[in-house]
Amino acid sequence: MVPRRVFLKSGGLALVSLGFAPEFLARTVAAAGPTRRRVLVTVFQRGAVDGLNMVVPFGERDYYSSRPTIAIAPPGRDTQCALDLDGFFGLHPRLAPLKALYDARQLAIVHACGSPDGTRSHFDAQDYMETATPGVKSTPDGWLNRYLHVKEHEAQTPFRAVALAPQLPRAMQGLAPALAIGQIDRFGIRAGQASDMVQSSFESEYAAAADRVLHSTGREAFEAIRMLKQADPSRYTPENGAEYPRSAYGDALRQIAQLVKAEVGLEIAFAESGNWDHHVNEGAAIGQLAVRLDDFARGIAALVRDLGDRMQDVVILTMSEFGRAVAENGNRGTDHGHGNAMMVIGGSVRGGRVYGRWPGLAREQRYEGRDLAVTTDFRAVFDEVVRGHLGLTDTRTVFPRFKAPAPLGLFTGG
Amino acid sequence: MITRQMTVLTLLAVGLLIAGPHVRAQKKNSAVPDSPDARAILHVLNRIGYGGASGDIERVRTVGLPRYIDQQLHPARISDADLAARLAPFETLQKSTRVLAQEYFVPALMLRRREQQQRARDGVSTSVEPGMSRKERSPEQMDAMRADRSVLAELSQQRIMRAVHSERQLEEVLVDFWFNHFNVFAGKGATRVYLTEYERDVIRPHVLGKFRDLLGATAHSPAMLFYLDNWQSAAPNQDRQDRRGRPARGLNENYARELMELHTLGVDGGYTQKDVQEVARAFTGWTIEMPRQGGGFKFEPRIHDDGEKVILGHRINGGGGKKDGERVLDILAAHRSTARFIATKLARKFVADVPPPALVERATARFRETAGDIREVVRTIVTSPEFFSSAAYRAKVKSPYEFVVSAARAADVEVAGALPLVHALRELGMPLYFCQPPTGYADRADAWVNTGALLSRMNFAVSLAEGRLRGVKRTSSMNTAAASARDALFQTALAGDVSESTRATVAKAKSAAQSLALTLGSPDFQRR
Repeated sequence: MVPRRVFLKSGGLALVSLGFAPEFLARTVAAAGPTRRRVLVTVFQRGAVDGLNMVVPFGERDYYSSRPTIAIAPPGRDTQCALDLDGFFGLHPRLAPLKALYDARQLAIVHACGSPDGTRSHFDAQDYMETATPGVKSTPDGWLNRYLHVKEHEAQTPFRAVALAPQLPRAMQGLAPALAIGQIDRFGIRAGQASDMVQSSFESEYAAAADRVLHSTGREAFEAIRMLKQADPSRYTPENGAEYPRSAYGDALRQIAQLVKAEVGLEIAFAESGNWDHHVNEGAAIGQLAVRLDDFARGIAALVRDLGDRMQDVVILTMSEFGRAVAENGNRGTDHGHGNAMMVIGGSVRGGRVYGRWPGLAREQRYEGRDLAVTTDFRAVFDEVVRGHLGLTDTRTVFPRFKAPAPLGLFTGG
Repeated sequence: MITRQMTVLTLLAVGLLIAGPHVRAQKKNSAVPDSPDARAILHVLNRIGYGGASGDIERVRTVGLPRYIDQQLHPARISDADLAARLAPFETLQKSTRVLAQEYFVPALMLRRREQQQRARDGVSTSVEPGMSRKERSPEQMDAMRADRSVLAELSQQRIMRAVHSERQLEEVLVDFWFNHFNVFAGKGATRVYLTEYERDVIRPHVLGKFRDLLGATAHSPAMLFYLDNWQSAAPNQDRQDRRGRPARGLNENYARELMELHTLGVDGGYTQKDVQEVARAFTGWTIEMPRQGGGFKFEPRIHDDGEKVILGHRINGGGGKKDGERVLDILAAHRSTARFIATKLARKFVADVPPPALVERATARFRETAGDIREVVRTIVTSPEFFSSAAYRAKVKSPYEFVVSAARAADVEVAGALPLVHALRELGMPLYFCQPPTGYADRADAWVNTGALLSRMNFAVSLAEGRLRGVKRTSSMNTAAASARDALFQTALAGDVSESTRATVAKAKSAAQSLALTLGSPDFQRR
């Protein structure tokens, strides 16, 4: 059993015992050849983030008149002010870690983006966004899974689609295999002292199974365990001084970085960030929303820093089910609204710009007289990511009954 | 003609293969073998129930397979006193929704509101996680939160304990089937307030009754009205405002669409978008009286669209009021597409992922000639030659729910508290009462066989076998080395039909617990 070193792209290194080489590792190596594997990291801000305080339209008079206590001040000298992006929009001051990405043209923002469906139910709107079929409840699968299914012929590993979550999110459910992993270092057979023995027993049962489906799925499962063991996720130090926030969301992003670096074939990753539903005392530059944005921004910044040059092949896409009303309510918070802002981050992103037609915030410009109107269908952004980043040209199955408008131009060379 | 005869002959021959030489139709139209072997008996236990517990195969043999099936089709005639005793400690199961709301949900709701306001007054929230830390809550407040959680916890445990321990196995299979068919999601707002009532009073009493009654019960249930938004659906173009002064919502088509697509006709059942709108109009005014307080069904004439409707070619005259909805349910329940859709789904559940067309045909016909008598449709399916054919034998991959329950039965455990099994289902990707889309969970192998889920099944088998699940105790203690104990386990779990590799692997186990884990986690046990 002479260990053989197999060099993978970008200096990644895996130890593979001869005769025990995971079958898909060979495929991974092959796939890493001429075309590098693109990775999409999706981040869902569940609970409907207040997009107008996240990406602040400080050039709008109506923004300030509608939000007497929670508005973010226009760019200025102190740390309570919005961070100027383009003279009209600014980032919430707690998003400072993202400002650097914007300035480096790695972060693009699409504002006034959202669903053609008017629901203000979290449940329905998340459902619509994850299935990418607004207004249709019975869609059985999520958009990410349909993408995986359409491109099924590609080199495939059990880690191709991973949600760092206790449960598979709706966006990833469907016919194509996808994993939900709470903690990657707990992935495997857990039988205490006897784990190895029990694992190899199960492995021989499945290896000999006449049942074709269970046989091949079982084989993949045990290959995956070995693969991850070699990557040794329990000992991991982020690179480039990246510091992930200490939250479930920060942990999820750190583990995504681990999987990317472990070269286990990750293509679609999913993480979520919760607690955005600020009906009461939302706060402005400080307060509840600020705390959440701080966690959100530091997580993304850490992931980008940790992945370093690998960001050339990675795109991070953020989303939230709908935005919040333009005007603050009687409790210094905001109620459920409509349009919102999405972020697209990565080396191939044509960043440093706020995309989308701005509809204005005057009462007559609002959706139903109260909310930010939607000028870009969220599916248009998804579609552009699937085409421009993941390289799928025919997206009709991924986005049924949707005709994509002309691309926004989010990607270089796209 | 010749071809059809040949098909029948082939099916009979196939039936002979697994049932042995003693097949004799018990009565006309029944292919149930009179003297079945252990495999045929376990096949029945696996399909109209959740597999065998120790001694079950012998018990069914004594009763006689045809008689056993007939008993299962009449659950009210089966005594289930043991189960009643097991469920007695759960105080919420028999309470009315109104009481549950008042005593269990509203206090916690008020508490959460107060805490949110408190946090708001305090300004900056330093906590990343929602909710106040436990230390800050008084004992009374802790009780309120516990009471809130206990309702769903008891309901979930009840469901699993019934599936594991009830003598009325077919009834439990059908409760799961029909709940899934008429799925509602505990995570959507007030739906969970109504779940106990929904399963107990809406689904359970009708699982072997008339389809129209079941359909009607779900249509009136606050759980469904809330989950699919019909409670908010109102006649369009009315000059009304909601409490916050926003223009009130108009017509909501969600229920109307799913009613036809998922509950009755099926997606290709022959309805149009126009039909969806017309059905939605017919159901305007079917609403809930104060959903957060657990109020019941209410017909609200003020938001009902009382104009004429035309649905699937049937004219419903104006002025019908609440009767409009009833009329729609009549039309849908009697529609030929509904008979076929329901027959297909039941045949998929009991026979194979792709059910034999001839069987679907006969089950559809039975549905129509009995005006949707579910008992008779199920009887047609589970006594059919296709059901007993070798093609159907172990043709289904167990869903996580079927896997967990059948493992608990085969392992001879005593489930005093089923929460670990509830958690296991979450890990296996099939959380009880938390299926989000109205489609319910899929009933096909491809939905359940994937890498992560398979490993989770093996880990569950290990935890169960090692007694790591609190409240789930093994009653029999198996002698470690004895081959006879192993054979008994193989007999209970797999009717002795065990692959060579599984047999050899289990033989090498170091302990009784390992034998059990390697049996329940084996590929053989993943099918039914």
